[in-house]
Order: sequence, then C-alpha cells, then structure tokens
Amino acid sequence: MKKRKLKIISLILISLLLFSLILYLSWGSFKISPLDIIKTILGEGTKLQKSALLNIRVPRLLVGISVGIALSTAGALLQTITKNELADSGIVGINAGAAVAAVVFISLKTADYYSELGNISIYVLPFMAIIGAGISAAVIYFLSGRNRIRPQRLLLIGLGINAGLNAFITFFTFRGGVSDYNRVLVWISGSLWGSGWSYAKIITPIVVLMFILVHINYKKLDVLNLSDEHAVCLGLNLNKERKKFLTYAVILAGTATAFAGNVSLIGLISPHIAKKLVGPYHKNFLVISAVISTIIILIADAVSRNLFSPIEIPVGITISILGVPYFIYLMIKEK
Amino acid sequence: MKKNNKNTITFVVCSIFILIIGLFLGISLGAAQIGISEIWHSIFNYSEKLELVLVRDVRIPRALCVLLTGGILGVTGAMIQGVTRNPIAEPSLLGVSQGATLVVAIFYAIGISINTTNVMIASLIGAIFSGIIVIGFILKKANNSSITKILLAGTAMSTFFISLTTIAGLLSNQSQLIAFWVAGGFRNATWADTKLVTVVGICGLIIALLLSNKINVLSLGDDVAISLGQNPEKIRLITLLVMIPMCAAAVAVGKNIGFVGLIVPQIVRKTLGEDYRKNIPCSFLLGAVILTYADIAARMFYNPYETPIGIFTALIGVPFFIVAARKEKG
Repeated sequence: MKKRKLKIISLILISLLLFSLILYLSWGSFKISPLDIIKTILGEGTKLQKSALLNIRVPRLLVGISVGIALSTAGALLQTITKNELADSGIVGINAGAAVAAVVFISLKTADYYSELGNISIYVLPFMAIIGAGISAAVIYFLSGRNRIRPQRLLLIGLGINAGLNAFITFFTFRGGVSDYNRVLVWISGSLWGSGWSYAKIITPIVVLMFILVHINYKKLDVLNLSDEHAVCLGLNLNKERKKFLTYAVILAGTATAFAGNVSLIGLISPHIAKKLVGPYHKNFLVISAVISTIIILIADAVSRNLFSPIEIPVGITISILGVPYFIYLMIKEK
Repeated sequence: MKKNNKNTITFVVCSIFILIIGLFLGISLGAAQIGISEIWHSIFNYSEKLELVLVRDVRIPRALCVLLTGGILGVTGAMIQGVTRNPIAEPSLLGVSQGATLVVAIFYAIGISINTTNVMIASLIGAIFSGIIVIGFILKKANNSSITKILLAGTAMSTFFISLTTIAGLLSNQSQLIAFWVAGGFRNATWADTKLVTVVGICGLIIALLLSNKINVLSLGDDVAISLGQNPEKIRLITLLVMIPMCAAAVAVGKNIGFVGLIVPQIVRKTLGEDYRKNIPCSFLLGAVILTYADIAARMFYNPYETPIGIFTALIGVPFFIVAARKEKG
C-alpha cells in the first residue's frame, strides 16, 4: 500500500517536473516549442533558438533549480533542528545575514552596476554570503541558549534579527541612483535576474555536493526528529550533530542568497508539502522536498518573467505572494 | 505607592527636559546650522530672511511631526502590548504599517497626486484593511496567546504587503519613488502634516486614556476581567480599532518606523510598573523623546544626506526584542 502511494506520488511529481521544465524553457518573449527545445539541445536549432536557450534560459534554469534545492534543504534541516514546522532560513534572518554581507561586499567592490562584477568577485561572493549567513546564524544560536535549543525562542530571536537586518539593507537603497536601487531590490526580494553561466557553474556544484552530504546523513536526521532523550539513548551527540546540520543549512542558504538574493518561504513550503506527502523520514522526504521546490521555483520564475513582460518581477515576490496565504493557513490550522 | 509616584514625577520631568533639548537640537542642527537667536526671531519676529523661513517652514514642522509621531507610536505600542499581554507586539511588526504603505504605493502607481490628505486617506484604507486581518488573528489567538505565532503571522503579513508594494512599484515604473517615499522618513514634513498628527495624536491619546482603566483590567488576564464584569473581547476590539487611525497617521507622516512601539512601553513598564493610566501618557512622552533623537541621528549621520530613520530605531529595538524573546519559555 505504502509503496504504491509512493509510486503514484513520484509519478505525479515527475510529470509536474517535466511540465515545469518545458514551460520554463519554452515560455518567454521568444517562444520555443517543446519539439524545438529537443532539437536545439541536440544541436539542430536555429541560431536564435540556440542563443536564447543555451546562453540564457538553461543557465538561469540551473541557477533556479540550485537555489530552490538549496533553500528547501536548508529549510528542512532547520525544521528538523528546531522541531518547528515554521522555521525557514528566510524568516529567521539567515538569508538576510547573507544578503547584508553580499550587498556590503558588492558596494565595496564595484561602484558600477551588477554586470560589472569581476571574475574573482564572483568566486568570492558566495563565501562572503556564507560568512554573513554564518554570523547571523551563530548570533541566533548563541542567543537562543546554545546548550539546549529552545525552538520558540530561536524562532523569535530569528524574527527580530531578520527585521533588524532588513532595516539595515534599506540603507543601501539610498546610496546611489536608479541602478543601485534596482540592485538592492534584487537582494531584498530575491530574483534570478541576470543569472548566466558564470553563476551556474559555481552554484550548481556546491549545491549538488551539499545535498549529497546532507542526504547521506538521513538516518541521523531521523533520530534528531525524536525526543532529545531518545536521541541521546540511541548514541547521538546532540549538540555536535545540531551544530553540524546548522552549518550545512548556513552554507546552503548562504550560497543560494549569494546568487539569487533573499528568496524566503520556499524553504518553508516545500519541506512542508513533502512531509505531508511522504512522511517525516528523511531518506525520501529530502528528495521529494527538493523536487517540489524545483517545481515551485521554475513555475514562479516563469510567471515572474512573463506575466507582465517586458517588466520582470523578482521571483521572491511571486513566491511570497503565493506562499504567505499558505503560511497563514498553516498557522491557523496548527493547534 | 508614594515611591511609585515619585518615580513617575522624576520620569516625566526628566523626559520633558530631554525632549526640550532634543527639540532645540532638532531645529538647530542640520545641513545649515542655526543659532538660538535665529530660532527665537523666526518664531516671534516675522521676516523673509532665508534662515528664518527655513526654521519656520522646514525645521519646526519637522520637529513637531517627529515628536507627535513618536508619541503616537509609543501609545499604540502600549495599547497593543496591554491588550494582547504580549511584550513584543507592535503595529509595524504585525504588518499594519506595511498594509498602509501598500495603499499609498497603489495611489502612487495609479497616479493620484500625493499630498497630505490623499496620503492620509490611502494609509487609512490600508491600515483598516490590514488591521482587520490582524484583529481577526489576535482575537482568535489571544486566549492561548503564543507570542511566536502572532509575530510569525505578522512577519508573513508584512512580507505579503511589501511584495505587493514592490509589484505596484515595478508595474507603474515608480518603484524608486515609492521606496524613497517609504524610507524618506520626515524629509517632507509640512505644516499640514503637523496638523494631522496633532489632531490624531491628541484625540488618540485622550481616547487611550479613557480606555486605560479597562486595559488595566485586561492586562490582569481574561479570567479576572470577566469576573470583574468586563467583556475582554469587546475591550480588545475597541482598543485595536482606536489604534488603526493612529497607525495610519503615523505612516502617512513618518512612513514605516519599526520598533519604537516595542521599546517604549517596555521601558515604561520597567520603570513605572504596570498601570496603564500612567503608562499610556508616559509612553507618549518617551516615544516622542526617542523618535526626536533618532531623527537627529538620521540627519546628522551621513550629513548632508539623510539616513533612513528606521535603521536607528532598529538599532535600539533589536536588543530589546531579543531580551524580551529570551524570556520566552519553550
């Protein structure tokens, strides 16, 4: 029975995934039919199709998928560590920490617009963002009582830190002209605008590596889901494991934020839906949550790019407009 | 009891003293420094000299707007903390201010001219809309009030409204204008704004004082309130409804300023104890003091440019938030 349910769920998710992939690649101000997509990938498309697909949409697709997987995995880890379904790296201020570090770094490095970011800077940027995310996570961790994580307190302190950091980011809104403003907007709300191969080739390997690293630990994560006493009885060094997984979450969230800005709520929604579909065991749950986040971010980004074309809406905005009602529904339902 | 009264008097005298110094500094400091004699002349001897016009039409209305908005924020914070028995509640953390901002942004986007009346109407519409959602949430959850949940809901609501604001800005190609308006603080404060906050502030303060006895009862807990013959739901509803126009006025004049409504009532409660007949007027005073100095900082920090005032209130506010959050169990 259970096996069959899993099969059906996988089937539905795979078809949704295919649908979102095709939608993402074909829908745009330059439309490419699904058949042409395959042709172009096999190397038989027209020049225009090639450049639209291979130079613009595919790298952006890769960055989008990586961001989605990174954030949903980070969210899943945080939810397991805090034993609270409402935890998310965006809500507790880890993304905001990364965004502050990235914005500070960029404005120190370049006086010009986004694309002027030098080659070396692109490699350094994720590290800066991870450091920023790490600082903000460490502050939240220590302030919420490091020996015993108290989930409520951790969330509350995270909320406060998030509000403070966001106020700080607005400072950069006023440092320059229109271009600076747009750049900050991307960081605040989260956008895949301008993602090219130079981003894709950095973020994709990091995220793949981190995801594998998290996934091979799935048994430990399952144990963390139990009560503290049980976990200790089973021989788990709670503090050490929590710190380790928190570090993983920080790296994932920091990397995603470095390239896409502060996309919040996706790290909350995807693990939550996944948990509903396949239960709390991390072996399947992590994979399903990654697939769901991919579907969400691809559809959301396709909509953000095209709904009001030629104006593009940051993808983070679309996700939060869809996500907030779900979030509120969750809270009202939860007793 | 006597000691308590003495405390109150000391508190009030000190605050007024600091506030007067702040007012003076607020009027005299800035891109152009203005001496005390010029301030005197500009008030009592009418002339068209540039400095005097500057003081009369820019600095003084701004200082008064800041003072009154601070007071309004302090009072709304005290009220909402009293009726929800939640030390971390505050209108801008709950999303009410952001809702007001959204409607102002929509006004910008559809091209309605931006003046005091229109902005007030817009933020009133927004505050009513978002306030009703928050009220619904608080009334539903207040009994088993979990601070975390109310705040999470507030954060989610703010995110939602800010997202819609961004979209309104992007689609109408006004996003920068709107963002500048939001973070602009009191930069464009005029005498019309001053009138607005004066009227709303004083009316709000009086109504809040009339309600303070009932808030006192409610702060003892719903059970006590019921046994004293009060209807807690009704008091809560009335208090929150009074807050809506006050929040709207604060947004219309001072834009989005967080954390003042959080810090002020906490300090007042610490120093004076929990009696809202005293706490509400004292919160008004302390809110005025804090915002006056925050505005001076906003103008002087990056002189001659302005820094968004919200950074300074957040800087003071986050530590308070964290201290209060650490007291939470669980």
